Parts: sequence; C-alpha cells; structure tokens
Amino acid sequence: MRSPLGRAVGLGSAKEGAEHWWLQRITAVALVPLALWFVIAIIRLVGADVDSVRDWVGNPLPAIVLVLLLTATFYHAALGLQVVIEDYVHAELVKLGLVIIVRLACFAFAVAGIFAVLSLAIGTSS
Amino acid sequence: MRSADRPLSPHLQIYRWQLTSVLSILHRAAGVALSAGAILLVWWLVAAASGPGAYDGVADFLGSWFGLVLLFGWTLSLFYHLCNGIRHLVWDTGHGLDLRSTYVGGWLVVGGTGVLTLIAWIAGIFSWAS
Repeated sequence: MRSPLGRAVGLGSAKEGAEHWWLQRITAVALVPLALWFVIAIIRLVGADVDSVRDWVGNPLPAIVLVLLLTATFYHAALGLQVVIEDYVHAELVKLGLVIIVRLACFAFAVAGIFAVLSLAIGTSS
Repeated sequence: MRSADRPLSPHLQIYRWQLTSVLSILHRAAGVALSAGAILLVWWLVAAASGPGAYDGVADFLGSWFGLVLLFGWTLSLFYHLCNGIRHLVWDTGHGLDLRSTYVGGWLVVGGTGVLTLIAWIAGIFSWAS
C-alpha cells in the first residue's frame, strides 16, 4: 500500500531522457534538407525505368545522400515510435516487447536499405 | 477510489477540439505513417538492387490506384511532419510559445502542407508526362 510518490522517491531518473530528446532533434534537423532533396529526386524519377533508377542510385552523390537519409530516418523513427509506444501502451511486458521489436525492425530496415544502395553504387548487385 | 481509476484530463469525449491539439496528434499520426512509408522506400531500393523482375513488381504496385493513394498520403504526411517539425524546433528554442503564435504557426503549417503537397504532385505529373 505505497503511494505512487512513495514508490518513485529515491529511484532517480534513468539519466537517458536528455540524450533521447537531443538525438531526436539532431536527426530532425538533418532530415529537413534530406527529405526535401529526396522529394525532388523522386519527382524527377517518376515514370523512370529500372535501369535509370539503378544508374541514379549508383551515382556517388545520390548514394551517399540516400545512406544519410536512411540512417537519419530510421534513427528518428525508432526514437519517435518508442515515445508513442511508451505513451499509449501501459502493460509493461507488451511495452518492452514493442520497443524492442521497433528498435530491431528500424535497424534491420536501415541495414537493408543501405545495403541495396551500396550494392548499386559499388556494383555487387545482379 | 484508487488513483488509477480517476478520469483522465483532458476528458476527450467532452473536450472541445482545437487547432493546436488536432495538429499535435496529427504530428504523431504522420510520424507513424512515415515510419511505414520508410519501409516502402527500402522495398523500392532493395527491388531496384535485385533487378528488373523485382522492380517491376514495386512499380506496378506504386502505379496502381492503391499505390497512388499510399503515395499521396505519404507526401501529405511528409510535408506535414516536416512543416510541423520545424514549428517544434522553433518551440525548442523557446520562441513562439504564446497562444497567438501557436495559432499563427499552426495555420502556416496547414497552408504550407497543402501548397507543398500540391506543388509536388503537379511537378510529379509533369515529370511523368515528359
């Protein structure tokens, strides 16, 4: 029969809140130019055939910016989705499970996207 | 009454909708939608790297009416989250937090989202036709 305050007093913070907040902002700032570049690039590619897309992705500048975009996007998504889960899911185990799944999925998708870009840029794809 | 059973504030059934709160929840919704959209980007890149067969599958899907609806929702979410994200970054510097500024900024975000989405799709249609 302890009050919520009584349970929390003395525990202190996890000391990670500021870093989560700060990385969310850094990736947000990075994504402003990256997202605008991406939209313009995609508009120019509308209706392009597979060879034009592969050639474009394989050029150094698009390849580098796409890798940066994928990195910032999935980092930002992992941080944002974690906050959404923590706000709306209150069952501890479900919350923990979802945060882990989101983290792993964001990492896996980022790796898959970056690998695809690099394979076109360096020339190991079929 | 245990503390966990107390009614939540704001009480959503009787609370009046307002621009600020609607834009706030839409920022989250757009963020979640964009996370799903990012998977589409990875699928597109992996398909392009895999070869013409895989790429045609993605291109057919994105060119279908369902794919186009997804892409339109993605564009709208992207520009909304981008514009409102900049609004959030301004707030993070401590500026624009008074009531009037939150409404002016909010309507600017709504207008900016509409204009940018329209420009992107008109440019996209021109690019497709050329």
